[in-house]
Amino acid sequence: MEFRIDRSSGLPAYLQLVRQVREALRLGWLGPGDRLPTVRDVVARSGVNANTVLKAYRELELSGLVEARQGAGTFVKAGLGSTDPQVMAALRARLAEWVREAREAGLEIEDIDALVRSVLGEGEGVSVR
Amino acid sequence: MSTAVEAGDGAVAVRARGLGKRYRAKWALRECAFELPAGRVAALVGANGAGKTTLMSVLAGLLGADEGSASAAGRVAFVSQDKPVYRHFSVADMLRFGARLNVVWDEARARRWLARFEIPLDRACGKLSGGMQAQVAFALAIGSRPDVLLLDEPLANLDPLARREVTAELLGEVAETGMTVLLSTHVVAELSGVADYLLLLAHGRLLAGGDLDELLGGHVSYTGPRSDVPPALGEVVEARHTATQSTFLVRLPEGRPRPVVAGPWVERPPTLEDYVLAQLEATRKGIRA
Repeated sequence: MEFRIDRSSGLPAYLQLVRQVREALRLGWLGPGDRLPTVRDVVARSGVNANTVLKAYRELELSGLVEARQGAGTFVKAGLGSTDPQVMAALRARLAEWVREAREAGLEIEDIDALVRSVLGEGEGVSVR
Repeated sequence: MSTAVEAGDGAVAVRARGLGKRYRAKWALRECAFELPAGRVAALVGANGAGKTTLMSVLAGLLGADEGSASAAGRVAFVSQDKPVYRHFSVADMLRFGARLNVVWDEARARRWLARFEIPLDRACGKLSGGMQAQVAFALAIGSRPDVLLLDEPLANLDPLARREVTAELLGEVAETGMTVLLSTHVVAELSGVADYLLLLAHGRLLAGGDLDELLGGHVSYTGPRSDVPPALGEVVEARHTATQSTFLVRLPEGRPRPVVAGPWVERPPTLEDYVLAQLEATRKGIRA
């Protein structure tokens, strides 16, 4: 997988890497047993500092998603289980209901987008610590 | 991969204590104190005339300090802003020169850098473009296998593609050798993920210094309706107002849980650029000068 750093984001670079691995897991690009690129590979391909990559891998290890095997690399331990379809359906239904309400209140797509981003942004702020 | 130095293993690569340097009556650097941990890639940032080049020159041993002390662990290489090469030397001559002058010399490493950037070895340095001359200066510095590499504006005069390539190569060398890098730059927006340590200079004094993530993580940017005060406690680094909206960059009090801000306020983590610009702006206005 290839990492990118969005330099216009205030999210620390290592958390951006963590997020990208989680995303790859969620989307099935990475699965249990797969090896993450070596630190040196990431440095060479993405122009990211080795300390940043190590910090990201350590964070992933702490959350139990990957494990470092001595001399062999860092491997995916657990998949990010796709959410229960029933839960997904329920969430979607509530979101659709919410969007309908927002539309009735006169919000345009951009307004809804801004609102969602601001709420998501709050969560982001917390995860940065 | 295993040679990459883990951050926080305790060793200090560069140390400054009460460092001061004066040109006649004017202090270019004053009361500068920091400890740069080994293996870090530190960005030295500040406005023009803030003392960056003076600090680098003192750390490199090219200038003597007028007060305090500076020390670096191990061998130091310094590439100054003008990327010095001898105009009448060929690139191959420069390599021989590097081999002769340095106690430790890694010819293969220097050649690898030159090959990577397609620098012809038989060409006289004076006939190379500015960007290529810079690559020769970098190759010499890398070839000397420094423990501490000081780079004054390494990315100036390089096109965007070369900037990205030089950065990636440099970080590769860091990962491989575990050396410590201190680089000064104005291109703050390109530092995220590249540097992991920040030294911020203003008017010859160190305004902030430390782990980048920790520094930024201690600050929040709030945007909301026009207000004289931010929605949460903390030191206001920067406040900007329009008729209807206010934006604050706030340094959160240490050791307290992160405040939860609700209502019309949107909080986001500041980018390195937000942070640096706010700090420099504050000193320019004389708030904390």
